[in-house]
Amino acid sequence: MSTRRRTMGGRPSAIIGNTFVHIFLAILVIIWLLPLGWLVMTSFRYEPPGLGAYSSSFWPQNGWTLNNYKELFTPEKRQIMDFPRMFLNTLFISIFSTAISTTFVLSVSYAMSRRRFKMRQPLMNINMVLGLFPGFMSMIAVYFILKEIGLLQGDWTYLALILVFSAGSGSGFLLLKGYMDTIPRSLDESARIDGATQWQIFTKIIIPISRPMIVYQVLTSFLGPWVDFIFAKVIAGANSKYYTVSVGLFNMLDKERTAKWYLNYFAGAVMVSIPIAILTIIMQRFYNQSMSGAVKG
Amino acid sequence: MESSAKTAALAKKKSPFAEPWTVTGAILHGDWATKLSILIMGFGNIVRGQVVKGLIFLGIQAAYIYYMVTKGLQDLAMFPSLGWLEQVEVWNEAKGIYEYTAGHRSVQLLLWGVVTISISIAMFFVWRATLKSAYKAEILSKSGEKVNTFRDDVHDLFDDKIHNLLLSLPIAGILIFTIMPLIFMICMAFTNYSKVGDHLVLFDWVGLENFATVLDSGSFVGQSFWPILGWTLIWAILATFLNFFLGLGLAMLIGRKRTKLKSMWRVLFSLTIAVPQFVSLLTIRTMLNEQGAVNSLLLELGWITKALPFWQDATWARVTVIIVNLWVGIPYTLLQVTGILQNFPEELNEAARIDGARPFTIFRKITLPYIMFIMSPYMITQFTGNVNNFNVIYLLSGGGPARGLSAQSGGYTDLLVTWLYKLTIDNELYNIGAVIGIFTFLVLSVVALVTYRSTGSYKDEEGFQ
Repeated sequence: MSTRRRTMGGRPSAIIGNTFVHIFLAILVIIWLLPLGWLVMTSFRYEPPGLGAYSSSFWPQNGWTLNNYKELFTPEKRQIMDFPRMFLNTLFISIFSTAISTTFVLSVSYAMSRRRFKMRQPLMNINMVLGLFPGFMSMIAVYFILKEIGLLQGDWTYLALILVFSAGSGSGFLLLKGYMDTIPRSLDESARIDGATQWQIFTKIIIPISRPMIVYQVLTSFLGPWVDFIFAKVIAGANSKYYTVSVGLFNMLDKERTAKWYLNYFAGAVMVSIPIAILTIIMQRFYNQSMSGAVKG
Repeated sequence: MESSAKTAALAKKKSPFAEPWTVTGAILHGDWATKLSILIMGFGNIVRGQVVKGLIFLGIQAAYIYYMVTKGLQDLAMFPSLGWLEQVEVWNEAKGIYEYTAGHRSVQLLLWGVVTISISIAMFFVWRATLKSAYKAEILSKSGEKVNTFRDDVHDLFDDKIHNLLLSLPIAGILIFTIMPLIFMICMAFTNYSKVGDHLVLFDWVGLENFATVLDSGSFVGQSFWPILGWTLIWAILATFLNFFLGLGLAMLIGRKRTKLKSMWRVLFSLTIAVPQFVSLLTIRTMLNEQGAVNSLLLELGWITKALPFWQDATWARVTVIIVNLWVGIPYTLLQVTGILQNFPEELNEAARIDGARPFTIFRKITLPYIMFIMSPYMITQFTGNVNNFNVIYLLSGGGPARGLSAQSGGYTDLLVTWLYKLTIDNELYNIGAVIGIFTFLVLSVVALVTYRSTGSYKDEEGFQ
């Protein structure tokens, strides 16, 4: 990265403009992070028992506590909503579904970007048409299918959830394909002359260059099971053993539960968000680094 | 590549992918072994020495026949009627209890009918492929060329035929988890599967009746359909374009040469991505409640005297969901545009600058087209994603405020999808829900096909190389 400093400390108008940009960004960031700040603050909020945990004021009126967190791990609360288990469920499901969907998206992107074959254009058109159907229009049907083949019984539910989150992921190739399209073809051709097979071009050339976009892909598919709750809710049904965190947290704000679980919801939400936030920041850094090293198109 | 002059001439006539070994060719001109492959899949391959390949084909055929005999044919027979046998209570003398006889369940019959038909269609394509393969083996062996051994075929899968290897599993996944369920749901639109008239266990085909109900603005669903459709379009357009242009603006503001701490700003803005969407959305919903944190804060500060009706007033709710959606979406645009800008061929800008172009002209004529070229497919997916944006609406406003008294009439911020959800899951009107899904699809196809076909990266994929 070469930085050019020719205009630093230049004209006064430029300095004022520059200051204004920074102030603007700072205000925007504050607004941006306000909901997150409030989320964290509320998770430490203390409310005297008996009054109901739901409270309307912005700032905590009655001081702070760690109880909202501790309660999630107590046997009494775990009997109703087993938060630690939900956490592990989601982690397990998203690791497998990320592996599957990243492989799928990579494969399809390479085939569509680098290869020319008879079914290529028809497949891309079909895929576009499929993307136009409301995603969970098929949800009820998927539920019936999984039930019929017996994947909604016992621990098979995990497989059902993994499949639901990853099986159709191949259709999300457009972005990565678009990125691969910008990698010069001359790279493939010279590798070809050196005797490389398509598989070698795919794994040794295209994948390393596409790393930034792959990281983005990994990020989005990993977040899937943490974010989506509708599918997970329908698949897991009433059996709280297979709840993912999203289903669990969503249920904490139920009409019947919210009075007892309102503050626990915030504690749970913070605990879910911390590992994901760390991961995202690491990936963001990695993303930027590999970007500057990519082949310019 | 094909070496003989004849095949080359044949290949030229049609598309660049046309091959001399066609299905009709195999049926009309194939020898006895190829013709026998019409009935016994893989026979031709085995005769020409491709034993493993032939046996795989034969195995597939055997599995298909086994499935059809044990289950498939029966399912096909039940498909037109969808069952008629009701479940009845029978008094069991010996046990002294009422027992239920197994009646027909139409959903199950519909599902397996669709599965069997899908498998059969897939089988037809496999059959075509095996026939082509047999004919290819015949042509090659007769002209004295090398017939691929199994080892060669496997090697090809990692080289010139790599697309077959790479695409097979993803396509299988899409077939089973996207296409088949969709066909199943589309079928539902033509039945009376709903709680209306007690058709939840046994139902029948009813033709286009449900479509008429939805389009009829006098019926209970028709009243809501048109207004909800209108709002869905407004929402999708605003959400997509505001997210893109404001995100682009932010990315360029941060990407300016003179902006300091670039990566810090990016990290701070993208922190919202790190928090699971439903967490942040549910939190924001609570904050914006009538007695929520935002209203309390503003009241305490004395900026307002009455709580703001974020979710109670139709217009307020609509503006709120769009703004909150910006909060959700802009960081994603920021991440992507930043990546694209960093990969931007700097020579282009440099050349324009030397030619004396002003920064704004450079942006308008060079930077923006470049970003649009890469981002336009993404924006179209965003648009369709927004039409189908279930999470944001369902978690924020829940579709409210309610449009009418009846539970089926939807709310002012309801999109077609959230309404579809309410109709099916809450009200058990599966057939009407399926019709709404089909209409959503139709709306999207018109919009997307027109825009997608006119974007640069579709017309000219190599455009920016």
